[in-house]
Amino acid sequence: MSAEVVQSRRDWLLSERPASRMQARLGRAYVAWRRFSANRLAFVGLLIIIALLVIAALAGALAPYSPTFGDLKNSRLLAPSAEHWFGTDDLGRDILSRILYGSRWTLYVVILVAIIAAPIGLLVGTIAGYAGGWTDAILMRITDIVLAFPKLILALAFVAALGPGIENAVLAIAITSWPPYARIARAETLTVRNSDYIKAVQLMGASPFRIVLRHIMPLCISSLIVRVTLDMAGIILTAAGLGFLGLGAQPPLPEWGTMIASGRRFVLDQWWVAGAPGFAILIVSLGFNLLGDGLRDALDPRSGDQ
Amino acid sequence: MTSAIAVDRLEVIFDRFRALKGVSLDVQPGESFGLVGESGSGKSTLLRAIAGLAPVASGSIAVNGKTLGTRRDKAFYREVQMVFQDPYGSLHPRQTVDRLLQEPLAIHGFADGEKRIQQALDEVGLGNGFRFRYSHQLSGGQRQRVAIARALILEPSILLLDEPTSALDASVQAEVLNLLEEVRRRRKLTFLMVSHDLAIITHMCERLMVMQSGEAVENLAASDLVERRVTKDYTRNLLRASDGFVRTA
Repeated sequence: MSAEVVQSRRDWLLSERPASRMQARLGRAYVAWRRFSANRLAFVGLLIIIALLVIAALAGALAPYSPTFGDLKNSRLLAPSAEHWFGTDDLGRDILSRILYGSRWTLYVVILVAIIAAPIGLLVGTIAGYAGGWTDAILMRITDIVLAFPKLILALAFVAALGPGIENAVLAIAITSWPPYARIARAETLTVRNSDYIKAVQLMGASPFRIVLRHIMPLCISSLIVRVTLDMAGIILTAAGLGFLGLGAQPPLPEWGTMIASGRRFVLDQWWVAGAPGFAILIVSLGFNLLGDGLRDALDPRSGDQ
Repeated sequence: MTSAIAVDRLEVIFDRFRALKGVSLDVQPGESFGLVGESGSGKSTLLRAIAGLAPVASGSIAVNGKTLGTRRDKAFYREVQMVFQDPYGSLHPRQTVDRLLQEPLAIHGFADGEKRIQQALDEVGLGNGFRFRYSHQLSGGQRQRVAIARALILEPSILLLDEPTSALDASVQAEVLNLLEEVRRRRKLTFLMVSHDLAIITHMCERLMVMQSGEAVENLAASDLVERRVTKDYTRNLLRASDGFVRTA
C-alpha cells in the first residue's frame, strides 16, 4: 500500500463532508481510535485483552498438557522448568495448561456479568432519570438498597442460597454490580433530559420509550462502557474471591481463583502453585484497567469536539 | 374564520411562581405575530405552553379551532413545530443531520423519507454535502438552518420561533430571517415569534403583543411601533431602550 493511498484513505475518513451514513460513522470511529491509540498505556491494555481473547480461543492448541489430568506418580509439585514452564500442582497437573484453559472461565465470567449487569443498570438509570417523580424514587431506592450491601457478602449469600458453581457466581456478581451503572446512567440522563434537543424530539411527538431508547441511551453508553471496563478487574477479583472461598468454580475446573485457593497450602514452599494464577489475575486486571482509562479519554463526550 | 392560535386567559405556574398571569392571544392563519418584552416577561413561556412544554395551570389554548388538552397528540405536532433559540443546544450531539431529519419522518411514518430529507435540505439552502455531518461540524447559522429544516419537514402550518436568531451574529441573522420570510411566503405559514429585538419584530411581523412580568401590556400593529403610536409607558421605555444608549451632555 503506497503512502498516497494511506493519505487519501485518511482524508476520506476525516472528511468534513461525508457522502454517506457509513462514511460519517467510520470517520467518527476513526477519530476515537486515533485518540485512543495515542495513549500508549491504553494500547498496552488493549494488547493484553486481545492476547487474553486469543489465548482463550486457542487454549486447546496452545496448552502442552491436559488441564485436568496430571501424572500423580512422577510430576507432583515440580518447580518451573523447561518442561513445565510454570511448574505443576499437587495433583501433578501442568500449571501453564491450567492457566491457559482458565482464561476461558475468566472471560466467561467477565463477559456474562457485563452482558447482564450493564443493560439492567442502563435501563433502570435512564428510565428513572427520564420519568422522574415516583418512578425515579422507587427505582433509585431499590438501587440504594442493593448498593448498601457489601458486594462480596451479598454475592456470598446468593451463592449460598443457589449452590456453589460458576454460573451462580456469575449471577450473584451480576445482581450485585448493576447499581453503580444505574447511578451513572441516571446522572447522565438528568443532565440531558431538559436540553433543547430532547425537547425538540418531544415536539415531534416521539413516545417516552423512543426518546429514552434512541436519544438518551446513546449518550449514556460511552460513560457506561468506561465504567464497565474499569469494573472488569473488580469482577475478575470477586469471581476469583468466590472461587477461593470454594463458592465459585468447583475443582477440577481450572479457574484462577480456585487454583490460588488450592495452592495456598504450600504457598511458602511451592510458591508457583498459587503465584502463577495470581500473576495471571494481576495482568488481566491491569489490562482491563488500562483499557478503561484509555477508553475514558477516547469516548468522553465532554472532552474534545465529539 | 377560525384563528390559527387562540389563547384564552392562560396561567402557567412553575413551583408557585406565576410565569403567566391570564394572557390571551389571537393569531390569524397566515399571520406573523410577534411577542416582545424584556427577559423574564413570559414571552418564551407562552410559546412553550402552546408547544406543550410548560405546565398550564388554567386557561385554554386552541389551535386551528381545536382546543388542546394537557396531552398533545401526533396530529398536533404535524400542525405546530418550533425552532429553538440556541442552535448549539437544539441539535443532538451524537446524530448526523440525516439522522436528525429522519427522526420526525420515522415517528410519523412517512414512507418517502429520502426525498423529503433532500427537499428539506434544499429548501433551507444546505446542499447534500451537509447531510451526513454531525452538528459539531456545522456553524451556528448552518445549525439553525438544520433546525428550521427539521421543523418544516413535517409540513406544519404553524411555526413557533423562540428568538431564532439571537444566538447568531448580525450577518447570519439576516440570512436566517430572510430564509424564514421566504418559507413563510412559499408555504403560507403562520408565525408566532418571540424576540427582544424590536427591529426584527417590526421587520418580520404584522402584529405584536408587548409583555411584562407575565402579563400582556398592549397589542399593536407593527406600523404603530414604527410610528411610535404606543399608549403604555412600558412600551415607550422599551422603544427608548432599543434606540440604544444615549449620552446625556
